[in-house]
Amino acid sequence: MFALTALELARIQFGFTVSFHIIFPAITIGLASYLAVLEGLWLWKGQTVYRDLYHFWSKIFAVNFAMGVVSGLVMAYQFGTNWSYFSSFAGSITGPLLTYEVLTAFFLEAGFLGVALFGWNKVGPSLHFFATLMVALGTLISATWILGSNSWMQTPQGFEIVNGRVVPVDWMKVIFNPSFPYRLVHMTIAAYLATALFVGASGAWQVLRGHATPAVRTMLSMAMWMILIVAPIQILVGDQHGLNTLEHQPAKIAAIEGHWENTPGESVPLILFGVPDMTEEKTLYAIEIPYLGSLILTHDINGHIPGLKEFAPEDRPNSTVVFWTFRLMVGLGMLMLLLGLWSLWLRWRGSLYGEKLFLRFAIAMGPTGLIAILAGWLTTEMGRQPWVVYGVMRTRDAVSNHSALALSTSLVLFIVMYFAVFGTGVSYMLKLVAKGPEPFDDHPPHGKGQALRPSRPLSAAPDDIDPVVDLTGQKEA
Amino acid sequence: MGIDLPLIWAIIIGFGLMMYVVMDGFDLGIGILFPFVGDREDRDTMVNTVAPVWDGNETWLVLGGAAMLAAFPLAYSVILSALYLPIILMLAGLIWRGVAFEFRFKADEAHRPFWDKAFAWGSYIATFSQGVALGSFINGFEVSGGAYAGGALDWLTPFSLFTGLGLVVSYALLGSTWLVMKTEGTLQRRMKELARPVAIALLAIIIIVSLWTPLAHPDVADRWFALPNMIFFAPVPVLVLLVTFAILRTLRRGTAEAGPFVLALFMLFLGYSGLAISLWPNIIPPSISIWDAASPPESMGFTLVGALFIIPFILAYTAWSYYVFRGKVKAGEGYH
Repeated sequence: MFALTALELARIQFGFTVSFHIIFPAITIGLASYLAVLEGLWLWKGQTVYRDLYHFWSKIFAVNFAMGVVSGLVMAYQFGTNWSYFSSFAGSITGPLLTYEVLTAFFLEAGFLGVALFGWNKVGPSLHFFATLMVALGTLISATWILGSNSWMQTPQGFEIVNGRVVPVDWMKVIFNPSFPYRLVHMTIAAYLATALFVGASGAWQVLRGHATPAVRTMLSMAMWMILIVAPIQILVGDQHGLNTLEHQPAKIAAIEGHWENTPGESVPLILFGVPDMTEEKTLYAIEIPYLGSLILTHDINGHIPGLKEFAPEDRPNSTVVFWTFRLMVGLGMLMLLLGLWSLWLRWRGSLYGEKLFLRFAIAMGPTGLIAILAGWLTTEMGRQPWVVYGVMRTRDAVSNHSALALSTSLVLFIVMYFAVFGTGVSYMLKLVAKGPEPFDDHPPHGKGQALRPSRPLSAAPDDIDPVVDLTGQKEA
Repeated sequence: MGIDLPLIWAIIIGFGLMMYVVMDGFDLGIGILFPFVGDREDRDTMVNTVAPVWDGNETWLVLGGAAMLAAFPLAYSVILSALYLPIILMLAGLIWRGVAFEFRFKADEAHRPFWDKAFAWGSYIATFSQGVALGSFINGFEVSGGAYAGGALDWLTPFSLFTGLGLVVSYALLGSTWLVMKTEGTLQRRMKELARPVAIALLAIIIIVSLWTPLAHPDVADRWFALPNMIFFAPVPVLVLLVTFAILRTLRRGTAEAGPFVLALFMLFLGYSGLAISLWPNIIPPSISIWDAASPPESMGFTLVGALFIIPFILAYTAWSYYVFRGKVKAGEGYH
């Protein structure tokens, strides 16, 4: 193809499949918790708007979950097919962590998902709520184990190497490795943020096209509260995570900052933009802010961080890439903060649902949570290079002995299939989103949404909403 | 070390894979039966019988992979890299059919037939690849220096292609008998008609594999036909015959409900035991045993604590979920 080596092809394949995959679990984590909150509110307050939102988002959740399951299946086997030396070397640590993920999380999610999605009329309300909670809990447990495993690869400890393979010595140290708490919190918040942005964008879109039903308003409002609260927390957590990385993976930070060497007596500037050049060993076209690098990274105006030149060339991550992926993530984070603050301002002025520019901005921000997640993962994973287990095993020693032909064949298969399958899936998800929340009926007759009105159960509280009125007269999506 | 950890783990993984074969077997079987059922409403009913449980079923496959990595990392890396292409094809098949569960209900009229085909094709490809993987597993792998040393296409043999076909037939039997249990009316009648030739075909396949394996592998022949083993293992083939006749009998009766499905499960279990007898105690046939490929006791012990504690809960809430969705699935009773 492009004269790529088997190693590069295997890396591209992993990067491609895992990037596609992470999108779905991120939304799964966020939506599962959102569904639990919605059902809890419905049971607590009895307002139908929460029940209708629950059923609306659970349909989208179902499609998303299916895509997460099948794309995750690929990941579970790819360690063996493509990274067999890594698996036989470190499987004694990553294997048990993955097994715990399957046992404590995947089964919990899958076991209760059926009831949560299809059991509304089959089990009682509290049992159904319990099922929803178990699904949400499963997603969070899952994140915990997989980030434990990933963090161990980033900052390994609690093991020794016997006969050329890893032997765990202290499992508490393995799991609670130095970067684990930061990564777990950062990723979980990222999932919530990405979901809030997605929910917020769909709410804003419905409002803009004149469907400002109570359900739509509620979801927009809930999403904006979430973004307002969570975006600043995420920025603080990210800062702490950066300090942790500086302590344990200084080469990664140097690459992220495009920082090649320290000048004695001078502070580290923050390079806003530039093009780090790996062969010339400098960052070209750099626009710098003096002192700020020292201040952000060491919280000290005169602090120094190691430069890339302090590491042997074969131990340096690719600064050109991670410099930019990191800035993309941070830039989007700032825009999220702005969105949250703007929503607060409009809320205070009472025009959250009327400000067109704001609504358009919220729509544009819809996918940015996911983009930021991808950018962040690219930064941390490419920043770990050239190691697969940091400082212990190099990526080039981890890859299976497949030919470039076998790998490019499977890579092409994956690319074609993923775009076809998951592209279609995402388009179905967006189609469902476009329909907007409808009043849920316990015994839906075949027919259009408007026809549901007379058969709605009497128990449904008539007070808080009347979305049907808003929907009539509107064109179908 | 008082406890034989590799042995316990081999049993757990064996159990997990059997759960997978049993549970995903019938829902893959439904995809395999799709081409034999033309009516759209019937197809919806077929899918609805498994829609609430299919991803739980597939989780057993993820458990198999993860537990293998934890307990037998060498086996995981050797077998998966040896079976590179069949595994990739299996995953591709599972992706198509997995998303088709959701997509065929969400698609518009024009695209529904496409997702029906994807569901069927995906089920065939996934099942056939699993069968091919099984056959090449029986054939064994070339290993040197702790890594797979064979070629990229070593898995492609007449025997493995035959086991691929065998698994398609096995899952078709599970699928059709499951539907006999879960449906009624014309669909149920159709499934009863289909299940009978499928059961006979499966018996033929089991007989051929049972002859082919010992003929091709003298050590397997020794295992089965040396005394006193032959006496201990004799019930397996005898039971296979009896179960096949029982399936045919129960299908002929008008009241056939859960009977054929339970018997089909038993038949699969017998085939599975036969396989275990042939290969024991190797995890990378022909010569690497579960003890050779085991991960350090620290890894096995740590994971075992969780597995023994959690698996009973998993079985309990899985059973509960099946209980919630018990009974016949009627036409038009769409959950979507």
